[in-house]
Amino acid sequence: MTTGAKEPSWLCAACGIALERGMVEIAYMGSAFPVELQRCPRCGIVYIPEELALTRMAEAEKILEDK
Amino acid sequence: MEKQRLQELENQCIQECAPPCTAACPVHVDCRGLALFMARGDFAAAVKLLRKALPFPAVIGAVCDQPCCAYCNRGRVGGAIEMAALERAAARFGETAPPRISLLPSRGKSVAIVGSGLSGLTAAFDLRKKGYSVTVFEKDGRLGGSLREHAAGRLFPEIAEKDFSVIESMGIEVRLNTAADPRDLPGFDAVYAAPGAAPAHAFPAIDPLTYEAGTPGVFAGGSLLRGSGNYSPIFSVSDGRRAAVSIDRFLQGASLTASRTGEGSLGSCLYTKMDAVAPVPAPCVPAQGFTNEAAMQEGARCLQCQCLECVKVCTYLESFGGYPKKYVREIYNNLSIVMGVRQSNTLTNSCSLCGLCAEVCPNDLNMADVCSEARRTMVSQKRMPASAHDFALRDMAFANSDACAMALPAPGGTCSRLFFPGCQLAASAPDHVEKCYRLLQEKLGSDVGLLLRCCGAPADWAGRDDLLEQAIDEFGELHRSLGSPQLILACPSCSRVFKRLLPGLDSVSLWEILDRAGIAAPEAKAAGPVVCLHDPCSARHDDAVQESARQIAARLGCRLEELPFSRRMTACCSFGGLQWFANNKLARAGIGRRMRESTRDYLTYCSMCRDLFAGQGKRCLHMLDLLFEDDAPGRAGRACPTWSQRRDNRARLKRRLCAGIKEETMPETDGRPELIIAPDVQAVLEERFILTHDITRVIEHAEQTGRKLTRPGTDRFLAHHRVGSVTYWVEYTGTGSGPFTVHTAYSHRMEIRERADI
Repeated sequence: MTTGAKEPSWLCAACGIALERGMVEIAYMGSAFPVELQRCPRCGIVYIPEELALTRMAEAEKILEDK
Repeated sequence: MEKQRLQELENQCIQECAPPCTAACPVHVDCRGLALFMARGDFAAAVKLLRKALPFPAVIGAVCDQPCCAYCNRGRVGGAIEMAALERAAARFGETAPPRISLLPSRGKSVAIVGSGLSGLTAAFDLRKKGYSVTVFEKDGRLGGSLREHAAGRLFPEIAEKDFSVIESMGIEVRLNTAADPRDLPGFDAVYAAPGAAPAHAFPAIDPLTYEAGTPGVFAGGSLLRGSGNYSPIFSVSDGRRAAVSIDRFLQGASLTASRTGEGSLGSCLYTKMDAVAPVPAPCVPAQGFTNEAAMQEGARCLQCQCLECVKVCTYLESFGGYPKKYVREIYNNLSIVMGVRQSNTLTNSCSLCGLCAEVCPNDLNMADVCSEARRTMVSQKRMPASAHDFALRDMAFANSDACAMALPAPGGTCSRLFFPGCQLAASAPDHVEKCYRLLQEKLGSDVGLLLRCCGAPADWAGRDDLLEQAIDEFGELHRSLGSPQLILACPSCSRVFKRLLPGLDSVSLWEILDRAGIAAPEAKAAGPVVCLHDPCSARHDDAVQESARQIAARLGCRLEELPFSRRMTACCSFGGLQWFANNKLARAGIGRRMRESTRDYLTYCSMCRDLFAGQGKRCLHMLDLLFEDDAPGRAGRACPTWSQRRDNRARLKRRLCAGIKEETMPETDGRPELIIAPDVQAVLEERFILTHDITRVIEHAEQTGRKLTRPGTDRFLAHHRVGSVTYWVEYTGTGSGPFTVHTAYSHRMEIRERADI
């Protein structure tokens, strides 16, 4: 169910090109900060892996909610 | 929350009150702590603890008159703890080297002590520690005063020599064989007269609080306060200590009377439940004192008195590792933070607001009131984390939307009675709502209406007074338009909300109505199942409803067993207070505990309780299952509907009622693409509070815009879309108008600012 490391990488379906690492702005509870994520170099669509959403992002949300 | 209110609430919790032994001891020896260290065999820690209260632990251990004994709770179940013998053993086994007593820097003032009994030596010890020069005058040739004669046979000379040797090691000057007149000691800044049981006229007016003896700077205490027949070693120590406090204050020019309420022998307000305590007889104390094994056994006999009545019965209170006095303070502090981390948001939002704590608390402290008030403050401060209650509030909004909410008769019509099943019964068993509505019409006449919506309880639990008020106002308007009929309520939570916010409302419980209507068991149901009745926590104080539920269940053939926690003492299923959403892990632990109270099937009259039990694998019936299902026992194993199914059930009920009763059809809103979701994926969605409706929106958005990711060599897509304040991600197979197979979904609240030009 989770994205295995050995599986092929995601492509942007609209642009048909591989995602690359790039800086993306993430915002929550009035705070915004840049994060390095996989994104389409042309249209900007971002990929957030399931594991990242469930662990580090969830933790960061809790910290910001309690701030 | 005002500071004064905080203090009132804190004072209601008595867990931190001194136990009866410590309160009764005039120098407040931590008897409970001592016994604990002794039980563990940690004699060094035990004597260190003793030294905080006693200057001469071995002597007191040998001679103490133990006022603690009369108050010891163990006294009623085997005999009071032999505290003095424990103290003596602690000093004997725990203190191998002379103690190091630290002294404050010299204050340049001197005090004379007349008499070297326990009172005089304690005052000398305390004042020397505080940095005063101290001189002890003793008319005999050795230290000890009246202690020696009164304790003959118990006080071995070597114990006294060892304990009193600390006096000279601290630099206290001792003048033996020197009689002194306390009123004629020039050169001293203050005098403490502790000459033993002197004639009463020696100091006719000793202040019982300050020990002032008529002349400024002269203080007196010890046995002379009690007379020769009432010698008490421990009260002598107490006198010396309290007189030393006065002398120190006198020499510093401070008030002698301020803040002295905690001194001396006191009563205890600590409650300790004694119901299940087995007696363990007190040992005989040998003349030479306990061996270390005997001392450990005696320490272990101590009950370690404490209250914790609420913590014992509540998974929430237990899980944060403290007790209400601490929690109230933490919650208050959390509300007061301007900049910094609010560490107690989770504490505040995790309470189920069920009120069991208040039922078991000797002082009726109710954490539900504390948490409810705090949540409202957090909302008003705009500090309430959205993640805590967002899902439940969205569910409430949906229940009150046009998709689900409806009234029969339709606007314009009136009725004399109005069935209000509540949003969760409609979500769980929509056919039962319909059947129950028809049954009420059959029993009470066709003048019974039906109102489908949510009472506003989720908003109440979330501290959202704005949404609560809106729900109540909308309800009130509908209710008036229907001719202000009597309300028939199936859900105890609705009942509580309406009773609190609309106190004039004429309402009655469905269960009382059915009880009075004389619902009888059909023949086939005569030998029904043996079940345990779970009272919903919102019906805790509704004795009539509890009784009606039992009557109905019995008439429908059930053989009832009571759970250990029932009626007023019932336990929450963990949905209350939105605990299920705000702290799901805790909620699962709480419902697990409730489920384990009996291996029998449960029966309840709250559909949310029913479904949560079923969802955790506990067979559970709703009262209406007994009424409307031919195979009621089989119905106990019915799965808990998913959050998506609950929404669909409500919407479908409205469509069915509109189609069937009003003979007008609602438009089929269900033009959504078909989703194929395997049971294991469905379970994950349920755990993550992701609705199929949200998944549909993500897929529709991706298919319409083309914005999705694809994995080469597979037919899978990954798409995300923000719905409200949550971004949902769905990995799926399928294109166009579907059907779509969902492989996984997850969400986050953080917003991704996607730009093409970064």
